[in-house]
Amino acid sequence: MAWMSWTLPTALFFIGIAAILVSMTVWQILSPCVERRGFLPLATTRGDRLFIGLLSSAFIHLAFVALTNVSIAIATVLCAVWMIILMRWG
Amino acid sequence: MTPSNTQAPVHSTAERKARHAQWRGRFGLVLYIVLLLLPIYWLINMSFKTNTEILSGLSFFPDNFTLENYAKIFGDATWYMGYVNSIFYVSMNMVISLLVALPAAYAFSRYKFIGDKHMFFWLLSNRMAPPAVFLLPFFQLYSSVGLFDTHIAVALAHCLFNVPLAVWILEGFMSGVPREIDETAYIDGYTFPRFFVRIFIPLIRSGIGVTAFFCFMFSWVELLLARTLTSVDAKPIAAIMTRTVSASGMDWGLLAAAGVLTIIPGMLVIYFVRNHVAKGFALGRV
Amino acid sequence: MQTKVENNKAWFLVLPVFLIVAFSAIIPLMTVVNYSVQDIFDPSTRYFVGTEWFQQVMLDSRLHDALLRQFIYSFTVLAIEIPLGICVALMMPTKGKGASLALILVAIPLLIPWNVVGTIWQIFGRADIGLFGAFMSYIGVDYNYASNPTDAWLTVVLMDVWHWTPLVALLCYSGLRAIPEVYYQAARIDRASRWAVFRYIQLPKLTNVLIIGVLLRFMDSFMIYTEPFVLTGGGPGSSTTFLSQALVQQAIGQFDLGPAAAFSLVYFLIILLVCWVFYTTIMNMQKDK
Repeated sequence: MAWMSWTLPTALFFIGIAAILVSMTVWQILSPCVERRGFLPLATTRGDRLFIGLLSSAFIHLAFVALTNVSIAIATVLCAVWMIILMRWG
Repeated sequence: MTPSNTQAPVHSTAERKARHAQWRGRFGLVLYIVLLLLPIYWLINMSFKTNTEILSGLSFFPDNFTLENYAKIFGDATWYMGYVNSIFYVSMNMVISLLVALPAAYAFSRYKFIGDKHMFFWLLSNRMAPPAVFLLPFFQLYSSVGLFDTHIAVALAHCLFNVPLAVWILEGFMSGVPREIDETAYIDGYTFPRFFVRIFIPLIRSGIGVTAFFCFMFSWVELLLARTLTSVDAKPIAAIMTRTVSASGMDWGLLAAAGVLTIIPGMLVIYFVRNHVAKGFALGRV
Repeated sequence: MQTKVENNKAWFLVLPVFLIVAFSAIIPLMTVVNYSVQDIFDPSTRYFVGTEWFQQVMLDSRLHDALLRQFIYSFTVLAIEIPLGICVALMMPTKGKGASLALILVAIPLLIPWNVVGTIWQIFGRADIGLFGAFMSYIGVDYNYASNPTDAWLTVVLMDVWHWTPLVALLCYSGLRAIPEVYYQAARIDRASRWAVFRYIQLPKLTNVLIIGVLLRFMDSFMIYTEPFVLTGGGPGSSTTFLSQALVQQAIGQFDLGPAAAFSLVYFLIILLVCWVFYTTIMNMQKDK
C-alpha cells in the first residue's frame, strides 16, 4: 500500500465516494426509484443525476482552480448546493 | 412469356446503368486496396533487401534477393522469443477476457439489477480511457504484487480494455437469442451452469469467435502497456524492434523483416474468422 | 426490446468482471489521485501541495496547444475516415469468393501492431528509401515529414486514414449486409436513383453502426500515442505532440509525478465527459426505435 502514497484528504475523498455509492444502493433497495424528467433535457434516474452531479462538480472545481485564486472550499460549497438542486429537481 | 417490346429498352438502360455503377465500384475498390497494400508491399520488399541496396536507391523488386534479415531473427533467441512472448500473453488475455465476460454479458442481456446501467457505462469508460493515464501506477501496482515482467501482468493489464469490449460485443449477440430458449431449458430441468455450457454457448458460437478475434486484435497491436510492464522475460516483439536503432544507424532491412513477421499472425487469425467478420464488426448490434 | 427480469443475483455473474477490471482501473486511478495532490521525490519524501499541480496544468500553454491539436486531429481523421469508409463499404462485393478476399485484404491494417504501423510509414514516407516520399519529390513537392510541420501533419493524418478507415468500412459493410434484399427490389420497382437508395434505404440502416464507428474512432484517435511517437516523435518541435504523448513525456521523460498525475486526471475527465455524452445519445436513440 505504501507505493500508493495515500494522504488523509484523498483517503477521505474516496471513503466519501464509497459511502455515497453504498447509501445510494441501500436507498435503491428500500425505495426503488423510477426514471423521471426534470429540468435536465433527458429522463434520468437517481443514479444518473448523481453521476451528472459528480462529473459537473469535478469540472466546476477545475474551473475554480484554473480561473480564480479563491479557496477551493467555496467551489465545494457551490457544488454541494448544485448537487442538491440536481438531485431534487433535475 | 416474353417481355413486351415497349418495356425492354427501359429495362436495358437501367441494367446498363447498374452494370456501369458496378464496374465503377469494382474499379474504385481495387484502387483502394492497391493503395492500402502499397505500404505493406514496400515493407515486404525491403525485408528481402540488404541494407546497402535499401540505401542505394528505390526499386520495386529486390535485386539481390536475400533471406539474411529473416535468418538473423530466427537465429537469435532474444529476437524470436519476442514473438513467443507476444503470442503467449495475447492468448492468455483472450482466455481470461472470454471466461469473465461470458457470464457478465449474460447477466446484462437477461436481467435487471441494481446499478446495471452504471456498471455497463463504467466498463465502457475503461475501454475509452487512454492507457497513458494509467502508465505509472500500473508499473508500480504490478511491481508491488511481484508480477512485473511476467506474461500474466500484460494479459491482466490488457483486460482493462478487452474485457469491457468483450462484454459489449457478447451482450449484443446474446440479446439476439430469444429468452424463450432459456425458459424452456429451465422448465426441462437444466441447471444454470449446464444450460449455459450445453445450450447457450453453442448458440452464440460465432459471437464468441468474433469476440476472441477482437481481443486478439487489440492485445496484439498494443505496445505502450506491454512495453512498460516488461523488461526481459516477457518483452513483446514490438518492443524488441526498437533494438534496430543503434549507434551505427538504422538496420532498415532487419526492422522491415521483423515488421513483416508481426503482420502474419494477424492475417492467419482474420483468415479463420472471415465468415463471421461481417457480422462481428457490427458488434452483434445491427 | 424484450423486457428484462429483475434479479439482483445477476450481480454474482458480473462480479468476476468487476473484480478484474477494478484491479486494473480503480487501484491505479486512486493512485493517480494521490499523486496529483503531492510533490513526490521518493516514496518517503513527499509533501501535500493541494491543488497546485492542477492549477499549473490547467494554465500550462503547452497542454492547451496539445489539447487543441488533439481536437483538430480527431475531427480531421473522423471527417475523412467516415465518408471514405462508407464509400469503400458500398463498393465491396456482397457475395462469393471476392467478398471474403476483399474483407481479408481490407482488414489487414487493423491487425498490424501500432508501432509497426508507425514504422511502415516512417519508411514509406522517407524521400530516400520510401515510395511515398520519393513520389512526392518526383512530382516536385519538397516533402520531408521530419522537418516540415505541414508534411508531418499530412503524414500522420494519412497514416491514421490508412490504418483506421478499414474499421469504419467493415462496420458499415456489416450494417449493409443486414438490409433485406426486398428493400432493394422495392427500390428497383420504383426506379429509385442510386442516391435515393443510399439516402433512404442504406443510410438509415447504417446509423447504428456509424454511431459505434464514430465513438470508437473518436476515442481511439483521442488517445493515439504509439503511431505518431514512432513516426515523428511528436515533432518537428511539438507540432504533432498529442495529449497522450505530452502526458508520457511529462510522466516518464521528466518524471514529474505530481503534474503528470494532475494532467492524467484532467485528460480522464474530458474523456469521461465525451464518453458519457456519446453513450447517452446512443442509448436514447436505441430507445426511440
